Amino acid sequence: MRRITMTVNGREITCEVEERLLLVQFLRETLKLTGTHVGCDTSQCGVCVVHVDGQSIKSCSMLAVQADGRSVTTIEGLMKDGEMHPMQAAFHDQHGLQCGFCTPGMVMSAIDLLQKNPDPTEQEIREWLEGNLCRCTGYHNIVKAVRQAATAISRQGEART
Amino acid sequence: MYNFTYSNPEMLSDAEHLLGTGESPTLLAGGQTLLPTLKLRLAQHSSLVDLGRIVALKGIVAEGSCLRIGAMTTHWEVASSATVAAAIPALSQLAGMIGDPQVRHRGTIGGSVANNDPSADYPAGCLGLGATIHTNRRDISADDFFVGMFETALENGEIITALSFPVPEVATYVKYPNPASRYALVGVMVSKGVSGIRVAVTGAGNAGVFRDTAIEAALQKNFVADAVPESGVSEDTLMSDMHAAADYRKHLIAVMARRAVAAATS
Ligand SMILES: Cc1cc2nc3c(=O)[nH]c(=O)nc-3n(C[C@H](O)[C@H](O)[C@H](O)COP(=O)(O)OP(=O)(O)OC[C@H]3O[C@@H](n4cnc5c(N)ncnc54)[C@H](O)[C@@H]3O)c2cc1C
Ligand code: FES
Ligand code: FES
Repeated sequence: MRRITMTVNGREITCEVEERLLLVQFLRETLKLTGTHVGCDTSQCGVCVVHVDGQSIKSCSMLAVQADGRSVTTIEGLMKDGEMHPMQAAFHDQHGLQCGFCTPGMVMSAIDLLQKNPDPTEQEIREWLEGNLCRCTGYHNIVKAVRQAATAISRQGEART
Repeated sequence: MYNFTYSNPEMLSDAEHLLGTGESPTLLAGGQTLLPTLKLRLAQHSSLVDLGRIVALKGIVAEGSCLRIGAMTTHWEVASSATVAAAIPALSQLAGMIGDPQVRHRGTIGGSVANNDPSADYPAGCLGLGATIHTNRRDISADDFFVGMFETALENGEIITALSFPVPEVATYVKYPNPASRYALVGVMVSKGVSGIRVAVTGAGNAGVFRDTAIEAALQKNFVADAVPESGVSEDTLMSDMHAAADYRKHLIAVMARRAVAAATS
């Protein structure tokens, strides 16, 4: 067992964990943050994507002990003052989901894309979402949602300046 | 996953020591190959020595006619580095084609090269550019490093610390990705530089990455896309599986090589 401390969605947490515990298990089973999903055993589906120190990663392919001292953001950490994050609102508006299983990973991955490329083309969005599989939507509305969020976030930025 | 003990030393010397302790210790880099393997219980280790906190294993520097990349540098860092893009754009391109963004954010060049997956991209990058692999004990040329499928010249307890790439005159990497996994069905690195012409092929060989000497010889005479002949290797030495038969892989080698030369000469 090992003692770790990390910030999850802005809250500092200290815990004793088994070395082999995956970050996704720590989030889901220890902290009961079940918004982050598990969809495969092969690190390919992307439903487990969260941010560690702002960077999107697959939480099924990182140990909880490797997140010691770091800051983790999950889908539960996106709402601010009761308002959905613009990416969540865009998925809702554009019907970017059907069963919703892939959605938390899609949203976390897409937010990271906009951090790196605030105005991506449709092609760039599709390439970025390479590691996020969706069995329902056919991706079109997901791409539209990311475009909507890109526009909304850049407007917010302009309104602030 | 079977349990293990875990350590994340700050000093390379401590990692060396820990790697010599216990029954079956192993190194953890980006974990993008090791952790999925452990999850499926395809491997079992008494301890994991995480290299993630060793600052000396990180970073990218251009040293004269050479580009040096620390073993713990992620695929993402290589793909987005201005230093790499200026010195060897083919390497930025290669790193940017590995897996997906989340794999690139964690996976490292050292881990990829140590693993020597027969369909991985970096082995072709190293062999095709004539890289040198630096370890805690010695320097190994790429020609001697990649021994066979998932097999390298690394000895027990040996740790890759960095890789050096001589800056070529021109180089291009072209990959036909497996549509499901994104690994190379066939990937070819072509380079022309101080060490002559090198054509390295990944994704195809039974024994992992190799140089296609027939294509190299033809390009030595005339470095244009139309000069690329059929691959010189025997189909018996190529992989044949549900993704592609050996003859198709052999065909793809020449096609990828032609595209690489066309891009390098345009
Ligand atoms: C969904 C998915 C898609 C992928 N697609 C591709 C692809 O298209 N192309 C591609 O090339 N790869 C691909 N990969 C593999 C990826 O590039 C891995 O990052 C890489 O193979 C291993 O690097 P790592 O840093 O994650 O190493 P780890 O998984 O941590 O380690 C791998 C092995 O190398 C050893 N090792 C690690 N570092 C060192 C070192 N410094 N010295 C000695 N030994 C060391 C470890 O002990 C272990 O045995 C993919 C992986 C996933 C999960
Ligand atoms: S659960 Fe499928 S990639 Fe993490
Ligand atoms: S909405 Fe069902 S998997 Fe994407």
